[in-house]
Amino acid sequence: MSGRIILVGDDIDTDQLAPGAYMKGGIEALAAHCLEGVRPGFAQEVKPGDVLVAGRNFGVGSSREQAAEALKHLGLAGVVALSFAGIFYRNAINLGLPVLTAPDLSAVTDGAAARLDVAAARLELASDGAAIALDPLPDNLQVLLADGGLVPHLKKRFAKERNKEQGQCAEHRP
Amino acid sequence: MTETPTSPRPTTLAQKIVARASARDHVTPGEIVTARVDLAMIHDSGGPRRVEPILQDLGVGLFDASKVVLISDHFVPGDTDEGARILELTRQWAKERKVAFHDGEGICHVVLPERGHLLPGMLVVGGDSHSPTGGAFGAYMFGVGATEMAGVLATGEIWLKVPETILLKWRGRLSAGVTAKDMMLALCGRLGMDGGKYQAVEYAGEAITALSMQERMTLSNMAAELGGQAGLIAPDATTAAFLEAAGANMNARASWSGLATDTGAPVQEHHVFDASALAPQVAAPHSPANSAPVTEAPETPVDIAYIGACTGAKYEDLRNAANILRGRRLGKGVELLVAPASKRDQDRAAADGIMAVFENAGARILPNACGICAGYGTDRLGEDVTCISSTARNFKGRMGAASSRVWLGSPLTVAASAIAGKIADPRDFLPDERERS
Repeated sequence: MSGRIILVGDDIDTDQLAPGAYMKGGIEALAAHCLEGVRPGFAQEVKPGDVLVAGRNFGVGSSREQAAEALKHLGLAGVVALSFAGIFYRNAINLGLPVLTAPDLSAVTDGAAARLDVAAARLELASDGAAIALDPLPDNLQVLLADGGLVPHLKKRFAKERNKEQGQCAEHRP
Repeated sequence: MTETPTSPRPTTLAQKIVARASARDHVTPGEIVTARVDLAMIHDSGGPRRVEPILQDLGVGLFDASKVVLISDHFVPGDTDEGARILELTRQWAKERKVAFHDGEGICHVVLPERGHLLPGMLVVGGDSHSPTGGAFGAYMFGVGATEMAGVLATGEIWLKVPETILLKWRGRLSAGVTAKDMMLALCGRLGMDGGKYQAVEYAGEAITALSMQERMTLSNMAAELGGQAGLIAPDATTAAFLEAAGANMNARASWSGLATDTGAPVQEHHVFDASALAPQVAAPHSPANSAPVTEAPETPVDIAYIGACTGAKYEDLRNAANILRGRRLGKGVELLVAPASKRDQDRAAADGIMAVFENAGARILPNACGICAGYGTDRLGEDVTCISSTARNFKGRMGAASSRVWLGSPLTVAASAIAGKIADPRDFLPDERERS
């Protein structure tokens, strides 16, 4: 097991994830205050590979993508929740932060060893070898995540388009 | 048996706009499509400072500079060093990228339609969560983060899951002292902040038709607090009159009447509410969903009354608040702050004597910007302050100290509370009909 569960509640909003007072600075400074209002010391506590598990409507509020960026910056393997607010969900995928839903997360306890298997859509729990089945991502989002987010995805697409154009030019050569 | 010509399938307003933008004859809720973007709106926070490094990394320019509008509002007036630097970068970018730029003219969601950029039937992305405001004009407008916006600016495209429609029908008419803001707080309380399920919320019914354009904007604006992707209202004569006055391109006006949800269209949820039974609402800290009629609110003294934001400081919001305040004094120890949502609305309010009412009452007038609602500048709520606010969100710590408590209400309720020195019912302060006309 590479990480632990960090458990939070319902309606975690973007002002908790990325407080407005620190929005003018860089992600390093902002991430240090991530979730400090709901879980003091969160930024210091997170270790790479940890999985944030939440209730309903995670990421409600602003479109500021620093909310997702801060979590990724801190090294979280991803967020698993009963549901996500729409803009946060898109932002997370675009930044390459895995976000998955599950209909029931009542078996998850704070601090438990865990591993998030994004490809298999499973949250593995150490306690008894059990795993929680997560809702699979739609195909287009799996591709985006596998590419590492929207920017690497677009780079790949643009490179492909350029190659194609060059190929077409070659064909027209006498 | 003869075959009858098939009539087009009944569709929702959302389906019509998404189908057109994705060059399909028909789209089905739940399917994923790629849509062409008609307009992209960005502001100083999620805009140039965030998207330019990504565009450079991708090695591309804007898909179409004529379809991009930049508006500075989050860091205006630049009262911190970093904020001033961000504004400078924003101004420089506008010049280099040759996009339409409104600098210090007001909050993006109010300025965009006010300057005629927005049209019914458009598919629009905005780099801000209150982007559903554009839905009041029958545009499918929704908010995205900066990376997604950079992708839009690079390609002119965005993927969408074709939304279901959640129809919110309001029968009857609002009574005096009750506004669109009260409708939205009631809806947040009833349906919750995820009641919109990231689908298309659509407002309809005679109470909606009767609303002015700016009141409709308040409804669509707070589709964000309902968790909808968009907050739509079918365009009508009220929409057209507003857009014509704003100098918008009216060439396609004849086609706007088709932009409505057909009878028999696939509506996922259909809720009916009675506008005439609605009382002014307030939402207790720290969620818009903590709403209840103001008559049921506990005795709550207030320190600060805030009239601001795209949600609650447009011309009509200012006028409604001034009608309550005119000739009255602020309660002892109450500070009234007014941040008109746009310069144009403030100028109009000044010409109509509305700004004088605020000034005579001793209000402090703040810049035409997001101000304390975004909480990005030096003006923030202090420790243990209780505030009643015409804004959309009262999350813990959003407007200042984590110990501050923000109640939400309509601009009228904020004005009434400023006079009473505690949360108060605006209906007790309404001018009589003679005075109002």
